Amino acid sequence: MLQALAALVLFGVPLRVFGLQLPEPIFPLAAVFGWAVIRPSVLAPLGILAMGLFMDYFWGGPIGLWALCLLLGYGVALAGRTMMAGQSRAILWVWYGLVTMTALTAAYLFVMLDDRSTPSLLAVAWQFLATIILYPFAHRLIDMFEDADVRFR
Amino acid sequence: MSFRDNPLGELKVPLTWAAAIALVVAAVVAIAFLVSDRRETFQAEAYGATRRASDSVLAPVGDVLAAPGRWTGAGVDSIQGYFFAVSENRRLKAELKEMRQWRDVAIALRDTNDRYKTLLGLKTDPPIPMVAARIVTDSRGPFANTRLANAGREKGVKSGNPVMSEDGLVGRVIGVSDGASRVLLLTDVASRTPVMVDRTNARSILTGDGGPNPRLDYLRLSAHEPIRQGDRILTSGDGGVLPRGLPVGTAVKGLDGRWRVVLASDRSPIDFVRILLFEDFTQLVNQKELAVTSVPPPTLGAPTVGVVTAPVAKTATPPAAIPPGTKPAEPTVAKTAPTPPTPPKPAAGDARPAAATPSKAIAPIAVKPPAKPPAAKPSKPPAAKPAPTPEEPPV
Repeated sequence: MLQALAALVLFGVPLRVFGLQLPEPIFPLAAVFGWAVIRPSVLAPLGILAMGLFMDYFWGGPIGLWALCLLLGYGVALAGRTMMAGQSRAILWVWYGLVTMTALTAAYLFVMLDDRSTPSLLAVAWQFLATIILYPFAHRLIDMFEDADVRFR
Repeated sequence: MSFRDNPLGELKVPLTWAAAIALVVAAVVAIAFLVSDRRETFQAEAYGATRRASDSVLAPVGDVLAAPGRWTGAGVDSIQGYFFAVSENRRLKAELKEMRQWRDVAIALRDTNDRYKTLLGLKTDPPIPMVAARIVTDSRGPFANTRLANAGREKGVKSGNPVMSEDGLVGRVIGVSDGASRVLLLTDVASRTPVMVDRTNARSILTGDGGPNPRLDYLRLSAHEPIRQGDRILTSGDGGVLPRGLPVGTAVKGLDGRWRVVLASDRSPIDFVRILLFEDFTQLVNQKELAVTSVPPPTLGAPTVGVVTAPVAKTATPPAAIPPGTKPAEPTVAKTAPTPPTPPKPAAGDARPAAATPSKAIAPIAVKPPAKPPAAKPSKPPAAKPAPTPEEPPV
């Protein structure tokens, strides 16, 4: 969680390389997906709420937007957890893409309702691409817990 | 009794259900936050103490993290300057030659403008003070486009102040704390900026959508072609939030067929900005003073309905006649009512005896007392200009 937030802050620096800005992936989604796949937990939603609120304060968006969207993504991952069990890395990556799409679609709809304006679909697509390439981080998290926690084998 | 012997010790909560309940509770909290958010308003208190505190903490952190990038950029610039000094010198000389011609034109135009202003007695806008600030964090996503600048309340920055780079308008301040200001960019979904086309004065609202090129909404497209590709877009100053004439960008037709703006501020990286401490007319004037309405004096012979005005002359002596050290009477009618002064003799044919009997005539509206009581000329109606007193020479 702290690593995801640190990466978020690091990518928030105003930097341009050859006239291009840094991408803005949603780092906490990797942790959200990993926590849901590893095991259901009471603490995880509270941690996700804290991460989402931090994102909103850091990015200056509507407070509660990312908290709610990350929680929805967690809910989708939790609901499909039994279907994900034992699947290959590629299938889990697809599931991760689905969770990311859920969170971004929810954010799109909430912003549309809040500001009465449609955000750019192209900008949403770029953020989606920048986020789904983070799946290896989520997979590493899942592997770490599977190797360490023998109670759930 | 050991833990195992406790009847509640064997109680097991289904983990998935417990997580689901925790999820619902957290979602309710998030919804409550989202519903109560009002970040795009101009009210300073709507920004919230939590946001102000987080901005104050994040600004120095972002400043430290951005420092290596700044140093690298400065290093690259100095190396480029060293290797390309000759070509840069040639380019600057050519530019200077052209600029000298423009300088002569500008001086002549300024002189003509000054003469016109003097002839017409125009009251031009006062110069706008500015504050320089460095951008320390940057959010570029589709749902929030804001930046944090390291100048805050201590430098006089207020909510609503426009922010410019050296190329053009960047956005406006939406939150101010000690040492930091949150800037809402023109590209943010919540951003709405009144703009105009420089060539035709056609008005529009620049609406951000999270992409790099905000769109022009409410543009009235008529047969006179109000906008063309490459037209300069400026702020219109409508609504008084932004000054008129700040450069915004150039008009382009987007792939979706809508008119959009290539922002002038995108030409170079935004590292330093100028925050204009602009206050429009509606902020400068005393709104309370404007809101006070004085009831016009009654027309002689006109029938009265409903509202009865206060007695025209509340005090028999003008304020100037009050001896020094004596507290003057309060200008409200209610306080003067118990001790009615001698009313002025109404003019012949005055059909309003109520005005002459102040013990009964307590007006429901607090009326500002006239500066000079008309008692000096009782034979005239109250609307008439009072006779000049020795303290006030006639104009």
